[in-house]
Amino acid sequence: MARYDRAITVFSPDGHLFQVEYALEAVRKGNAAVGVRGTDTIVLAVEKKSTPKLQDSRSVRKIVNLDNHIALACAGLKADARVLINRARIECQSHKLTVEDPVTVEYITRYIAGLQQKYTQSGGVRPFGLSTLIIGFDPHTAVPSLYQTDPSGTFSAWKANATGRNSNSIREFLEKNYKETSGQETVKLAMRALLEVVESGGKNLEVAVMTKDQGLRQLEEAEIDAIVAEIEAEKAAAEAAKKGPPKET
Amino acid sequence: MMKIDLSGLEPSAPLCGTNEHDEISKPPSFELPVTGDFDGFQKEAVQMVKPAKGTTTLAFIFKEGVMVAADSRASMGGYISSQTVKKIIEINPYMLGTMAGGAADCQFWHRNLGVKCRLHELANKRRISVTGASKLLANILYSYRGMGLSVGTMIAGWDEKGPGLYYVDSEGGRLKGTRFSVGSGSPYAYGVLDSGYRYDMSVEEAAELARRSIYHATFRDGASGGIASVYHVGPNGWTKLSGDDVGELHYKYYPVEAAVVEQEMAELSVA
Repeated sequence: MARYDRAITVFSPDGHLFQVEYALEAVRKGNAAVGVRGTDTIVLAVEKKSTPKLQDSRSVRKIVNLDNHIALACAGLKADARVLINRARIECQSHKLTVEDPVTVEYITRYIAGLQQKYTQSGGVRPFGLSTLIIGFDPHTAVPSLYQTDPSGTFSAWKANATGRNSNSIREFLEKNYKETSGQETVKLAMRALLEVVESGGKNLEVAVMTKDQGLRQLEEAEIDAIVAEIEAEKAAAEAAKKGPPKET
Repeated sequence: MMKIDLSGLEPSAPLCGTNEHDEISKPPSFELPVTGDFDGFQKEAVQMVKPAKGTTTLAFIFKEGVMVAADSRASMGGYISSQTVKKIIEINPYMLGTMAGGAADCQFWHRNLGVKCRLHELANKRRISVTGASKLLANILYSYRGMGLSVGTMIAGWDEKGPGLYYVDSEGGRLKGTRFSVGSGSPYAYGVLDSGYRYDMSVEEAAELARRSIYHATFRDGASGGIASVYHVGPNGWTKLSGDDVGELHYKYYPVEAAVVEQEMAELSVA
């Protein structure tokens, strides 16, 4: 097999890797994705662009399992995501085979990030055009974790983060409103953050909740609608409270 | 040239002939020997290098951890090449491996396993489990199956799940267990070990049981002898408990009493 030895990702004179930066542009055009870590629950919420009427929406799941205790959501090129997810799933099983232990969230994040980095330093290939949000519970310590990777291959742990379209505004919202939550409160926080940039309604959000005991659970459209309604009611009540006191005086 | 596909397992191929940096997604593989009849070649290789693993090693789990013991004789056929071989290999401060079979194979691959364990610690910020370490070694030995490695080892250690003991050999076998003995002297050691074993022994009792088992094996098996070393693996790692010459142990267990005839002769000469 012929070897490709000409690199596509090369340094610019002022130290940039333009291919990696263009890949980040591709991520910025992808759908918005939010991850929030609670004390016993971790939530991923992803924007769902309107599905064509004839398309079977169940075949375009955006939040996927890597193993029983780890899930991933991403923003960017979906085809690249498929390849990366398959490699990560194989690595999860391979790790179980060689050391008889499930992967930790940090290990699989490191693996995915390492893979993304390899493609920025090899001949004949372009970087993956996606950033991932990886959530899971550590199999040994049961600590919940949320990690993010990007096309350059860097990764870090977060309490809450967003990627994709308008991720900056979502992150600002999270920075203002983040607090330690658990259970349903974590779900609401993630959805509130995503609703800042996405039209409200169960049709436009895909939400999945991970708990230590039950693993990953995708929320039904009806459930999402119900929570959205709650959130809107809370917002309205807060606004009314703000307007209320001045009138009385 | 035939290639074995090892994708999904660790790429632990021999040191020659791997092109890791060529392509990104090529599965790990290595070249097999150039020969017309590969199966016949395998059989020949195994027969040529199949020593009877002249040694006695044993290990067992009990209430206070793992007891590991071994003799120290190396033999080449009928020639005793050394009486002072270290057959208990210190992989890291909380894991031990025993040596039976080819000395070079055991030493090299145990040191290699020590390297892999340390790299795992550095990458994952936690110690590798005994399960994981034994699996790494077993996978390596499996990938060399039929090529003449001779290793019959036990991996003993203490990890988060408590004491752990695995038997791993060069046929690719890996067994979890509470009592093992490996080597040509193992039948004799098993006899003493199995009949004297109780789970709730103290460290001293267990050490004495291990020592006596090795002693009895060296008494009956010509390929075992030298020094009986006994190690204990506890929650804080291993410690070497004793190293006694089996000749001296013999006279300790069975002190010589003056024979009746000699007594009479002595009395005659006095009287």
